[in-house]
Amino acid sequence: MEFVTLYSAAAIALILVGLAGVLIKRNLIKMALGFSLLGTGANILIVTLGYVRGATAPIVDSPALLEDAGSLVVKQGAVMDPVPQALVLTAIVIGVGVTGLMLATIVRLYANTKTLDVNALTRLKW
Amino acid sequence: MKPLFSLVMLALLATLSLRLAPLLQPGEELGQVAAHYASQGLVDNRGSNLVTSVVVNYRGFDTLGEVVVLFLSVTGIGFVLRRRQGLVLPAPVPASELVRTGSYLLLAPVLLFGAYIFIHGHLTPGGGFQGGAVVASAVLMMLLANRDRHLPHGLLSWIESLSGFAYVLVGFVGLFAAGSFLANRVPLGQWGDLFSAGLIPVIYVLIGLKVGTELSALLDQMTHSAEPEVKREGSR
Repeated sequence: MEFVTLYSAAAIALILVGLAGVLIKRNLIKMALGFSLLGTGANILIVTLGYVRGATAPIVDSPALLEDAGSLVVKQGAVMDPVPQALVLTAIVIGVGVTGLMLATIVRLYANTKTLDVNALTRLKW
Repeated sequence: MKPLFSLVMLALLATLSLRLAPLLQPGEELGQVAAHYASQGLVDNRGSNLVTSVVVNYRGFDTLGEVVVLFLSVTGIGFVLRRRQGLVLPAPVPASELVRTGSYLLLAPVLLFGAYIFIHGHLTPGGGFQGGAVVASAVLMMLLANRDRHLPHGLLSWIESLSGFAYVLVGFVGLFAAGSFLANRVPLGQWGDLFSAGLIPVIYVLIGLKVGTELSALLDQMTHSAEPEVKREGSR
Protein backbone atom coordinates (compact mmCIF):
# COMPACT_ATOMS: atom_id res chain seq x y z
CA MET A 1 0.00 0.00 0.00
CA GLU A 2 1.27 3.41 -0.91
CA PHE A 3 1.78 5.79 1.97
CA VAL A 4 -0.48 8.40 0.37
CA THR A 5 -3.37 5.95 0.63
CA LEU A 6 -2.45 5.49 4.29
CA TYR A 7 -2.54 9.25 4.82
CA SER A 8 -5.92 9.73 3.18
CA ALA A 9 -7.32 6.69 5.04
CA ALA A 10 -6.10 8.17 8.33
CA ALA A 11 -7.60 11.55 7.40
CA ILE A 12 -10.96 9.96 6.60
CA ALA A 13 -10.80 7.99 9.86
CA LEU A 14 -10.15 11.23 11.78
CA ILE A 15 -13.08 12.91 10.06
CA LEU A 16 -15.35 10.00 10.98
CA VAL A 17 -14.14 9.96 14.60
CA GLY A 18 -14.75 13.70 14.84
CA LEU A 19 -18.20 13.37 13.33
CA ALA A 20 -19.01 10.53 15.72
CA GLY A 21 -17.94 12.73 18.62
CA VAL A 22 -20.16 15.57 17.43
CA LEU A 23 -23.17 13.32 16.87
CA ILE A 24 -22.97 10.90 19.79
CA LYS A 25 -21.36 12.73 22.69
CA ARG A 26 -23.59 14.88 24.86
CA ASN A 27 -20.91 16.82 26.69
CA LEU A 28 -20.41 20.16 24.94
CA ILE A 29 -16.63 20.18 25.41
CA LYS A 30 -16.35 16.71 23.89
CA MET A 31 -18.44 17.94 20.97
CA ALA A 32 -16.01 20.85 20.52
CA LEU A 33 -13.15 18.32 20.53
CA GLY A 34 -15.04 16.39 17.85
CA PHE A 35 -15.26 19.51 15.69
CA SER A 36 -11.50 20.04 16.09
CA LEU A 37 -10.78 16.44 15.05
CA LEU A 38 -13.09 16.85 12.07
CA GLY A 39 -11.22 19.94 10.97
CA THR A 40 -7.82 18.29 11.44
CA GLY A 41 -8.88 15.33 9.34
CA ALA A 42 -10.12 17.60 6.55
CA ASN A 43 -6.83 19.53 6.64
CA ILE A 44 -4.73 16.34 6.37
CA LEU A 45 -6.90 15.17 3.47
CA ILE A 46 -6.43 18.47 1.59
CA VAL A 47 -2.65 18.47 2.09
CA THR A 48 -2.49 14.84 0.96
CA LEU A 49 -4.33 15.76 -2.25
CA GLY A 50 -1.51 18.17 -3.10
CA TYR A 51 1.07 15.37 -3.14
CA VAL A 52 2.96 14.86 -6.39
CA ARG A 53 4.79 11.58 -6.88
CA GLY A 54 8.55 11.92 -6.39
CA ALA A 55 8.37 15.60 -5.45
CA THR A 56 9.67 17.33 -2.33
CA ALA A 57 8.17 20.01 -0.08
CA PRO A 58 7.60 23.38 -1.81
CA ILE A 59 10.65 25.01 -0.24
CA VAL A 60 13.45 25.73 -2.66
CA ASP A 61 16.45 25.22 -0.41
CA SER A 62 18.97 23.84 -2.91
CA PRO A 63 19.92 24.73 -6.51
CA ALA A 64 19.21 21.11 -7.47
CA LEU A 65 15.51 21.99 -7.63
CA LEU A 66 16.09 24.71 -10.23
CA GLU A 67 15.92 24.20 -13.98
CA ASP A 68 19.45 25.58 -14.39
CA ALA A 69 21.72 27.56 -12.12
CA GLY A 70 21.04 31.04 -13.57
CA SER A 71 17.31 31.01 -14.24
CA LEU A 72 15.49 30.74 -10.85
CA VAL A 73 12.74 28.71 -12.58
CA VAL A 74 11.83 25.69 -10.46
CA LYS A 75 11.90 22.34 -12.27
CA GLN A 76 8.62 20.81 -13.42
CA GLY A 77 7.48 18.14 -10.94
CA ALA A 78 10.25 18.89 -8.44
CA VAL A 79 8.00 20.34 -5.74
CA MET A 80 4.52 19.55 -4.48
CA ASP A 81 1.46 21.72 -4.91
CA PRO A 82 1.86 24.80 -2.66
CA VAL A 83 -1.77 25.88 -3.03
CA PRO A 84 -3.44 23.24 -0.76
CA GLN A 85 -0.78 23.89 1.86
CA ALA A 86 -1.47 27.63 1.78
CA LEU A 87 -5.18 26.86 1.96
CA VAL A 88 -4.72 24.58 4.97
CA LEU A 89 -2.58 27.23 6.68
CA THR A 90 -5.58 29.55 6.39
CA ALA A 91 -7.95 26.81 7.53
CA ILE A 92 -5.88 26.05 10.65
CA VAL A 93 -5.86 29.72 11.67
CA ILE A 94 -9.60 30.06 11.14
CA GLY A 95 -10.04 26.77 13.02
CA VAL A 96 -8.25 28.24 16.05
CA GLY A 97 -10.62 31.21 15.99
CA VAL A 98 -13.69 29.01 15.62
CA THR A 99 -12.61 26.63 18.39
CA GLY A 100 -11.91 29.56 20.70
CA LEU A 101 -15.31 31.10 20.03
CA MET A 102 -16.97 27.71 20.53
CA LEU A 103 -15.25 27.20 23.90
CA ALA A 104 -16.05 30.75 25.02
CA THR A 105 -19.71 30.15 24.19
CA ILE A 106 -19.59 26.89 26.17
CA VAL A 107 -18.11 28.74 29.16
CA ARG A 108 -20.95 31.28 28.97
CA LEU A 109 -23.56 28.53 28.60
CA TYR A 110 -22.18 26.73 31.64
CA ALA A 111 -22.24 29.94 33.65
CA ASN A 112 -25.88 30.51 32.78
CA THR A 113 -27.26 26.96 32.96
CA LYS A 114 -24.74 25.08 35.19
CA THR A 115 -24.75 22.13 32.81
CA LEU A 116 -22.64 20.89 29.91
CA ASP A 117 -25.18 18.29 28.77
CA VAL A 118 -26.47 19.28 25.37
CA ASN A 119 -29.71 17.34 25.96
CA ALA A 120 -30.50 19.57 28.93
CA LEU A 121 -30.34 22.71 26.79
CA THR A 122 -33.85 22.53 25.41
CA ARG A 123 -34.83 26.19 25.42
CA LEU A 124 -34.50 26.46 21.64
CA LYS A 125 -36.71 23.41 21.10
CA TRP A 126 -40.39 23.68 20.47
CA MET B 1 -32.87 6.28 19.47
CA LYS B 2 -30.75 9.23 18.45
CA PRO B 3 -27.36 7.48 18.96
CA LEU B 4 -28.60 4.55 16.87
CA PHE B 5 -29.58 6.91 14.06
CA SER B 6 -26.19 8.66 14.29
CA LEU B 7 -24.37 5.32 14.17
CA VAL B 8 -26.31 4.28 11.07
CA MET B 9 -25.45 7.59 9.39
CA LEU B 10 -21.78 7.20 10.33
CA ALA B 11 -21.69 3.65 8.99
CA LEU B 12 -23.20 4.87 5.71
CA LEU B 13 -20.62 7.65 5.50
CA ALA B 14 -17.79 5.24 6.33
CA THR B 15 -18.76 2.82 3.55
CA LEU B 16 -19.15 5.71 1.13
CA SER B 17 -15.72 7.13 1.93
CA LEU B 18 -14.17 3.65 1.77
CA ARG B 19 -15.51 3.40 -1.76
CA LEU B 20 -14.21 6.88 -2.61
CA ALA B 21 -10.79 6.51 -0.98
CA PRO B 22 -9.13 4.62 -3.89
CA LEU B 23 -9.99 7.57 -6.14
CA LEU B 24 -7.68 9.83 -4.13
CA GLN B 25 -4.52 9.14 -6.07
CA PRO B 26 -1.50 11.45 -6.02
CA GLY B 27 -1.14 13.50 -9.17
CA GLU B 28 1.76 13.15 -11.58
CA GLU B 29 1.92 16.85 -12.34
CA LEU B 30 0.43 20.09 -11.04
CA GLY B 31 -2.57 21.95 -12.36
CA GLN B 32 -2.13 25.13 -14.39
CA VAL B 33 -2.26 27.74 -11.64
CA ALA B 34 -0.32 25.59 -9.17
CA ALA B 35 2.33 24.88 -11.80
CA HIS B 36 2.76 28.62 -12.35
CA TYR B 37 3.01 29.28 -8.60
CA ALA B 38 5.51 26.44 -8.18
CA SER B 39 7.78 27.22 -11.12
CA GLN B 40 7.61 31.03 -11.15
CA GLY B 41 7.36 31.66 -7.41
CA LEU B 42 11.10 32.08 -7.05
CA VAL B 43 11.31 34.33 -10.13
CA ASP B 44 8.48 36.58 -8.96
CA ASN B 45 9.30 36.79 -5.24
CA ARG B 46 12.80 35.38 -4.51
CA GLY B 47 11.42 33.69 -1.41
CA SER B 48 12.55 30.09 -0.94
CA ASN B 49 9.31 29.05 0.72
CA LEU B 50 6.79 28.77 -2.10
CA VAL B 51 3.87 28.36 0.31
CA THR B 52 4.75 31.74 1.80
CA SER B 53 4.87 33.34 -1.61
CA VAL B 54 1.39 31.96 -2.32
CA VAL B 55 0.01 33.05 1.07
CA VAL B 56 1.56 36.51 1.23
CA ASN B 57 1.96 37.55 -2.39
CA TYR B 58 -0.27 35.73 -4.87
CA ARG B 59 -3.10 35.43 -2.37
CA GLY B 60 -2.05 38.35 -0.17
CA PHE B 61 -5.46 39.96 -0.24
CA ASP B 62 -7.05 36.71 1.00
CA THR B 63 -4.55 36.67 3.85
CA LEU B 64 -5.64 40.19 4.79
CA GLY B 65 -9.17 38.79 4.96
CA GLU B 66 -7.93 35.88 7.06
CA VAL B 67 -6.30 38.27 9.52
CA VAL B 68 -9.61 40.12 9.73
CA VAL B 69 -11.47 36.86 10.40
CA LEU B 70 -9.08 35.98 13.22
CA PHE B 71 -9.49 39.49 14.64
CA LEU B 72 -13.28 39.15 14.49
CA SER B 73 -13.30 35.79 16.24
CA VAL B 74 -11.03 37.10 19.00
CA THR B 75 -13.30 40.13 19.34
CA GLY B 76 -16.27 37.78 19.52
CA ILE B 77 -14.62 35.76 22.29
CA GLY B 78 -13.90 38.97 24.19
CA PHE B 79 -17.52 39.98 23.80
CA VAL B 80 -18.84 36.59 24.97
CA LEU B 81 -16.50 36.41 27.98
CA ARG B 82 -16.85 40.08 28.95
CA ARG B 83 -19.50 39.55 31.58
CA ARG B 84 -18.06 37.51 34.40
CA GLN B 85 -21.14 36.97 36.53
CA GLY B 86 -22.04 33.35 37.21
CA LEU B 87 -18.53 32.12 36.55
CA VAL B 88 -17.40 31.15 40.02
CA LEU B 89 -14.87 28.33 39.86
CA PRO B 90 -12.78 26.99 42.75
CA ALA B 91 -9.57 28.98 43.21
CA PRO B 92 -6.75 27.49 41.12
CA VAL B 93 -4.02 25.63 42.96
CA PRO B 94 -0.89 27.82 42.78
CA ALA B 95 1.89 26.33 40.67
CA SER B 96 4.94 24.97 42.46
CA GLU B 97 8.21 26.88 42.69
CA LEU B 98 9.75 24.53 40.12
CA VAL B 99 7.06 25.19 37.51
CA ARG B 100 7.21 28.94 38.05
CA THR B 101 10.99 29.15 37.81
CA GLY B 102 10.92 26.90 34.75
CA SER B 103 8.35 29.13 33.08
CA TYR B 104 10.53 32.22 33.65
CA LEU B 105 13.54 30.32 32.32
CA LEU B 106 11.72 29.18 29.17
CA LEU B 107 9.80 32.37 28.43
CA ALA B 108 12.60 34.22 26.63
CA PRO B 109 13.83 31.28 24.47
CA VAL B 110 10.28 30.39 23.38
CA LEU B 111 9.48 34.03 22.52
CA LEU B 112 12.76 34.21 20.59
CA PHE B 113 11.91 31.00 18.74
CA GLY B 114 8.53 32.44 17.75
CA ALA B 115 10.19 35.60 16.46
CA TYR B 116 12.72 33.44 14.57
CA ILE B 117 9.88 31.55 12.90
CA PHE B 118 8.07 34.63 11.67
CA ILE B 119 11.23 36.49 10.62
CA HIS B 120 12.39 33.49 8.55
CA GLY B 121 8.94 32.77 7.10
CA HIS B 122 10.12 33.31 3.52
CA LEU B 123 13.13 30.96 3.88
CA THR B 124 12.13 28.03 6.07
CA PRO B 125 8.86 26.30 6.98
CA GLY B 126 6.86 28.66 9.13
CA GLY B 127 5.66 32.21 8.96
CA GLY B 128 3.62 34.84 10.71
CA PHE B 129 0.74 32.69 11.85
CA GLN B 130 2.94 29.87 13.10
CA GLY B 131 5.39 32.22 14.82
CA GLY B 132 2.50 34.12 16.39
CA ALA B 133 1.12 30.85 17.74
CA VAL B 134 4.53 29.99 19.28
CA VAL B 135 4.69 33.45 20.91
CA ALA B 136 1.20 32.93 22.29
CA SER B 137 2.18 29.50 23.63
CA ALA B 138 5.01 31.14 25.60
CA VAL B 139 2.46 33.57 27.04
CA LEU B 140 0.11 30.70 27.86
CA MET B 141 2.88 28.87 29.74
CA MET B 142 3.60 32.03 31.71
CA LEU B 143 -0.08 32.59 32.50
CA LEU B 144 -0.65 28.99 33.62
CA ALA B 145 2.39 29.02 35.90
CA ASN B 146 1.52 32.42 37.40
CA ARG B 147 -2.24 32.60 37.69
CA ASP B 148 -2.26 36.05 39.29
CA ARG B 149 -0.32 37.67 36.44
CA HIS B 150 -2.08 40.00 34.02
CA LEU B 151 -0.85 41.11 30.65
CA PRO B 152 -0.66 44.82 29.72
CA HIS B 153 -3.79 44.96 27.58
CA GLY B 154 -3.24 48.53 26.43
CA LEU B 155 0.21 47.78 25.02
CA LEU B 156 -0.96 44.55 23.38
CA SER B 157 -3.88 46.18 21.63
CA TRP B 158 -1.63 49.03 20.46
CA ILE B 159 0.87 46.58 18.91
CA GLU B 160 -1.97 44.62 17.37
CA SER B 161 -3.73 47.65 15.87
CA LEU B 162 -0.52 49.22 14.58
CA SER B 163 0.67 46.03 12.88
CA GLY B 164 -2.73 45.47 11.28
CA PHE B 165 -2.73 49.08 10.08
CA ALA B 166 0.85 48.73 8.77
CA TYR B 167 -0.17 45.63 6.78
CA VAL B 168 -2.73 47.73 4.89
CA LEU B 169 -0.14 50.52 4.41
CA VAL B 170 2.32 48.00 2.93
CA GLY B 171 -0.48 46.99 0.57
CA PHE B 172 -0.73 50.60 -0.57
CA VAL B 173 3.04 50.58 -1.33
CA GLY B 174 2.26 47.96 -3.96
CA LEU B 175 -0.68 49.99 -5.20
CA PHE B 176 1.49 53.06 -5.86
CA ALA B 177 4.60 51.20 -7.06
CA ALA B 178 2.99 48.66 -9.38
CA GLY B 179 -0.66 49.62 -9.67
CA SER B 180 -2.00 46.66 -7.75
CA PHE B 181 -2.76 46.27 -4.04
CA LEU B 182 -0.08 44.26 -2.14
CA ALA B 183 2.07 43.87 -5.28
CA ASN B 184 5.67 42.88 -4.54
CA ARG B 185 7.48 45.40 -6.75
CA VAL B 186 10.35 46.53 -4.55
CA PRO B 187 14.02 45.47 -4.81
CA LEU B 188 13.80 41.72 -4.21
CA GLY B 189 17.37 40.94 -3.17
CA GLN B 190 19.28 37.69 -3.48
CA TRP B 191 17.45 34.36 -3.27
CA GLY B 192 18.04 32.66 0.09
CA ASP B 193 19.17 35.78 2.00
CA LEU B 194 17.41 36.98 5.13
CA PHE B 195 16.80 40.38 3.50
CA SER B 196 15.17 39.12 0.33
CA ALA B 197 11.74 38.49 -1.15
CA GLY B 198 10.79 42.19 -1.04
CA LEU B 199 7.73 42.90 1.08
CA ILE B 200 7.02 39.30 2.07
CA PRO B 201 9.12 39.22 5.28
CA VAL B 202 7.82 42.69 6.23
CA ILE B 203 4.23 41.51 5.92
CA TYR B 204 4.95 38.23 7.72
CA VAL B 205 6.62 40.01 10.65
CA LEU B 206 3.58 42.28 10.91
CA ILE B 207 1.26 39.25 10.80
CA GLY B 208 3.40 37.49 13.42
CA LEU B 209 3.19 40.48 15.77
CA LYS B 210 -0.54 40.80 15.21
CA VAL B 211 -1.35 37.12 15.68
CA GLY B 212 0.96 36.80 18.68
CA THR B 213 -0.50 39.77 20.55
CA GLU B 214 -4.05 38.87 19.55
CA LEU B 215 -3.81 35.28 20.79
CA SER B 216 -1.96 36.40 23.95
CA ALA B 217 -4.73 38.83 24.82
CA LEU B 218 -7.24 36.08 24.13
CA LEU B 219 -5.44 33.60 26.40
CA ASP B 220 -5.23 36.21 29.15
CA GLN B 221 -8.96 36.79 28.84
CA MET B 222 -9.70 33.07 28.93
CA THR B 223 -7.46 32.20 31.91
CA HIS B 224 -8.91 35.07 33.92
CA SER B 225 -12.49 34.65 32.81
CA ALA B 226 -13.66 33.10 36.08
CA GLU B 227 -12.55 35.83 38.44
CA PRO B 228 -14.89 38.37 39.98
CA GLU B 229 -14.56 41.88 38.56
CA VAL B 230 -13.46 43.51 41.81
CA LYS B 231 -10.44 41.29 42.41
CA ARG B 232 -9.28 41.80 38.85
CA GLU B 233 -9.24 45.57 39.19
CA GLY B 234 -7.39 45.35 42.48
CA SER B 235 -4.60 43.07 41.29
CA ARG B 236 -3.55 45.18 38.31
